[in-house]
Amino acid sequence: MRDIVLLGLNHKTAPVDVRECIAFTADETDQALVMLRDNPTIGESVLFSTCNRIELLMAVDECEAAVTLAKQFIAEFKKVPLSQFEKSLYQYVGDEAVRHTLQVAASLDSMVVGEPQILGQMKEAYRKATVEKTSGVILNKLLHRTFFVAKKIRTETGIGDHAVSISYAAIELGKKIFGDLEGKRVMLVGAGEMAELAVEHLIRNRAGTITVANRTFSRGVELADRFRGKAVKFEEIISCIKDVDIVISSTGATDYVLRKDQIKEAMKSRRNRSLFFIDIAVPRDIDPEINRINNAYVYDIDDLKGIVDENIEDRNREAVKAQRIIDEAVIGFRKWYDTLEVVPTIVSLRGKVEAIARQELDKTLGTMSHLSEADKQAIERMTGALVNKILHEPTDFLKKDGCRGNKSAALDLTRKLFNLENNH
Amino acid sequence: MESVFIIATIIYMFSCACYFGYLFFQKSILQRSAIGLMAAGFALHTVSLVACGIRAGNFPVNNLHETLSVTGWAIAAVFLVFFFKYKLKILGIYAAPLITLVMIAAYQMPRPVAQNPQLLKSWWLAAHIVTIFLGNAAFTLACGLGILYLLQENAIKKKTRGFFFSRLPSLDLLDTTGYASIVVGFSLITIGLITGIVYAKAIWGRFWSWDPKEVWSAITWLFYAALLHERLTVGWRGRRAAIMAIIGFGVLLFTFFGVNFLLQGHHGTFTAM
Repeated sequence: MRDIVLLGLNHKTAPVDVRECIAFTADETDQALVMLRDNPTIGESVLFSTCNRIELLMAVDECEAAVTLAKQFIAEFKKVPLSQFEKSLYQYVGDEAVRHTLQVAASLDSMVVGEPQILGQMKEAYRKATVEKTSGVILNKLLHRTFFVAKKIRTETGIGDHAVSISYAAIELGKKIFGDLEGKRVMLVGAGEMAELAVEHLIRNRAGTITVANRTFSRGVELADRFRGKAVKFEEIISCIKDVDIVISSTGATDYVLRKDQIKEAMKSRRNRSLFFIDIAVPRDIDPEINRINNAYVYDIDDLKGIVDENIEDRNREAVKAQRIIDEAVIGFRKWYDTLEVVPTIVSLRGKVEAIARQELDKTLGTMSHLSEADKQAIERMTGALVNKILHEPTDFLKKDGCRGNKSAALDLTRKLFNLENNH
Repeated sequence: MESVFIIATIIYMFSCACYFGYLFFQKSILQRSAIGLMAAGFALHTVSLVACGIRAGNFPVNNLHETLSVTGWAIAAVFLVFFFKYKLKILGIYAAPLITLVMIAAYQMPRPVAQNPQLLKSWWLAAHIVTIFLGNAAFTLACGLGILYLLQENAIKKKTRGFFFSRLPSLDLLDTTGYASIVVGFSLITIGLITGIVYAKAIWGRFWSWDPKEVWSAITWLFYAALLHERLTVGWRGRRAAIMAIIGFGVLLFTFFGVNFLLQGHHGTFTAM
């Protein structure tokens, strides 16, 4: 009987320099899968590698031997001494491996709980494994089940809801003000990593023209080129405000760059259309009093951080619900897995054929009342003999490992051929 | 047709319950059920009103019971149209309970026979009533949208977010829809007032008689005209527009009910109890 074994390391167990050394690129993954496939100790394998984790999921006959071999394999393949990363490796067998796989796919094990990319990355890893034919009956079933459960968790819990980064939080707020960010004009005052990231997010949400105002005009022009926008002089900010919808500010100024009376005046010329200020600078660029003006909204870095923290808390609460769904899925998978044992399969196969024989026998004898008791017994004996003879070869095949190694596939096929899923 | 009226009311109640469920649990199945029930209730309600009208031989506004019933019907009609136009799902949380309450109030009212049914038999009058009621219903929705706008605006300004932030749509959508309902309402009551004036000439021989109902109708019309004018010229939008829509609804309520109960006017027959 094959065991499911998972060997891996992630951001919790290994520092980034170790993860960098072990990470598999797409091409390396392909090569590694081919090499693993050719190794008889490892029955099935799926290799999954991102910047935060490396997971090798296997279905093997000899658990200990396979784990030792897999560790050696990684060390040799990546040319990193085993001692350097062995401490960071974790290893799960059976139900625990199933549970871990489900948790990873549902993004419960991620650095940012609920982040959505992981499922796509996992599907891609599985696709590679199917192309190289390294995954078999067991891992196919496990991963199909995993993707199904991960999707269910995403729809039934709020684990993926709400932004958990500053710039996404700003986008989410913008959507609550403007509805759609398409065509909304943006002004970037100053520069800075987080501010530029926010602008990029806005562009991805199809925001309109980007205007850049920087104290150093040449720097402004440079940024404007990058965002395919236009640069304006720092002194022009106020006159430009009437034409923009979102202002992102991130300057090194020690005093407010925009004051309440200036904006109050500007609101008149924009006929009170909503104006959203995102103040990422410390100390602040935008007078918080501006938030009191009708249809003007000011969010500074602390406000945005507050939203992010709150959202992370929400996600962690939802993770508890997700855990319950995973517990159920582990039990469900265990049920299927147990059917891959030889004896229960033979018993239910026999039960099924005998039930059919009994049913048909009763039907036939019921219409033939003229038969004597002796005749009836003879027919019953004959039916019993038929059942035994028909089942002899398949039973032998399953018991004696006639399927050369891949017993789980043969058992699975048997169950499918005779539709045994429903009567155990 | 009493039973149809009651069934329609019960369906509205279920719709209302679904909207409350949707507000709390955010399951789209609840919202879909709610709008489906609303449409079903509206269809039955229409049947009940038509039957009522045929039996009486005139437009069914002979007493307060019928007037309220038509009010509920008009709100449902305008709500359904706005729902399909703007896909503003959460507005139901305002409209459904309101319709249900109006229906229950209508059910409680006695149903005296009209004193002067001859007065009511005219196509001018039918046009007057239909446009006024639908216009008022649009203003009613504008008020609801104003309330929702203020709730959402408060959530964003106070940075507390909380219960309504995630449940309500964007400020822009609320403002646009609110504006659209005021434009629709204003257009309809303008037509309604014109037909009313023409009808007054036909039946009383003069266009305008300084009746309290007429005066207050003019005040309401002027109020909404000012609101629209300010929006187009100086940009009264967002918070101020929302507050004005709510105040406007107060003026409207007084014109609709207050005048009939507190002042004496020639519209008394419609709210007879």
